[in-house]
Amino acid sequence: MHNFAFHRPTSVADAAKAIGAASDGKFVAGGQTLLPTLRQRLAEPSDMIDLSAIAELKGIKVEGDGITIGAATTHTEVANSADVKKTIPALAHLASLIGDHQVRQRGTIGGSIANNDPAADYPAAVLGLGATIRTNKREIKADDFFKGMFETDLAEGEIITAVHFPKPEKAGYEKFRQPASRFALVGVFVAKTGGGIRVAVTGAGPGVFRSKELEAALGGNFTADAAKGVKISANGLNGDLHGSPEYRASLVSTLAARATAAAS
Amino acid sequence: MPTVTMTVNGKAVTGEVEGRTLLVHFLRDKLHLTGTHVGCDTAQCGACTVHLNGKAIKSCNMLALQAEGAEITTIEGLAQNGTLHPMQEAFRDNHGLQCGFCTPGMVMAAVSLVKGKSNLSDDEIRHGLDGNICRCTGYHNIVKAVKAGAQAMGGK
Repeated sequence: MHNFAFHRPTSVADAAKAIGAASDGKFVAGGQTLLPTLRQRLAEPSDMIDLSAIAELKGIKVEGDGITIGAATTHTEVANSADVKKTIPALAHLASLIGDHQVRQRGTIGGSIANNDPAADYPAAVLGLGATIRTNKREIKADDFFKGMFETDLAEGEIITAVHFPKPEKAGYEKFRQPASRFALVGVFVAKTGGGIRVAVTGAGPGVFRSKELEAALGGNFTADAAKGVKISANGLNGDLHGSPEYRASLVSTLAARATAAAS
Repeated sequence: MPTVTMTVNGKAVTGEVEGRTLLVHFLRDKLHLTGTHVGCDTAQCGACTVHLNGKAIKSCNMLALQAEGAEITTIEGLAQNGTLHPMQEAFRDNHGLQCGFCTPGMVMAAVSLVKGKSNLSDDEIRHGLDGNICRCTGYHNIVKAVKAGAQAMGGK
């Protein structure tokens, strides 16, 4: 790993200043993806700005008709939160499936969605629930946030401060895990919301996406059978040694059916 | 060079590190606490597991400077006054190891995993140890050891 200058600001304002002053700075939250990336020398930042000492980025609160999670909140904290379990149990379930025990105690929601790994779990919940991403500059709707593989709508130096999830009527998440990486080979988040059915798919394509076919099928009939009957096209889906595009396409409707059956 | 201060196994320590120094290298190379192992160096195997403020984390996946002000416990800090921790004792009683390379990480992960839970199912233990890889035992005796250790700890 190449060396870098390290900063540990205690406020969002100071973090923004630090990245502004760096020639090629990077934020690190839990670092569960960034540190392996640095060790492989796939990134060589001049400065690392640690967001983990910023109290205002942490915590979970019930807000209006939903729940707001600070960007530096860990997966374990979300998985174990009584408020999350009560308001959106599917979100707590999803957090409990990320990585492994140790990774969940360091990894954060803000880090996961800022990184936007095409096989990460959180983007499916953020898009599936139609969440709002709050930054130090603005609010971004989930539908506008994810821009494809490892790309988001965040500007240079912009910091995610929290994610607000509106409470759905019902939601479920099921994942077929790649057993070595623990990422989703495919993961499907289904939600019945006031604004209609939303289905978000991770792992199957170059980035998280909504499945219009599944949304239409579940809109008429929110049952596992309705999801199971949807034939997903393999066109444009990922294929690798772990699974062909056709296999992933089949997993999408299978997991959508399981997520619908489990939805609460 | 920047300095970092933290509490390791109950003792305050300060050391000079580079920005890129990993916590595991600080523990092993500066503090000579070599019970914490580097296995895969890709944050997969869990041999480097230590406790950060009471929670198991992978010390190869964290910078030493990120542990500023934190309380770290390594495998060397588990036994008290020469008496093994109940989880260490359970690994010995159940022969939950063969070569022993993964054992410090297994024990540290297990202690964190069973906190507040004295009765875990085999399934919960196996899933809970997802982040720790053992290439010798086939895991059966590790699961037995964790179960026994959890009971001995009595939900603490």
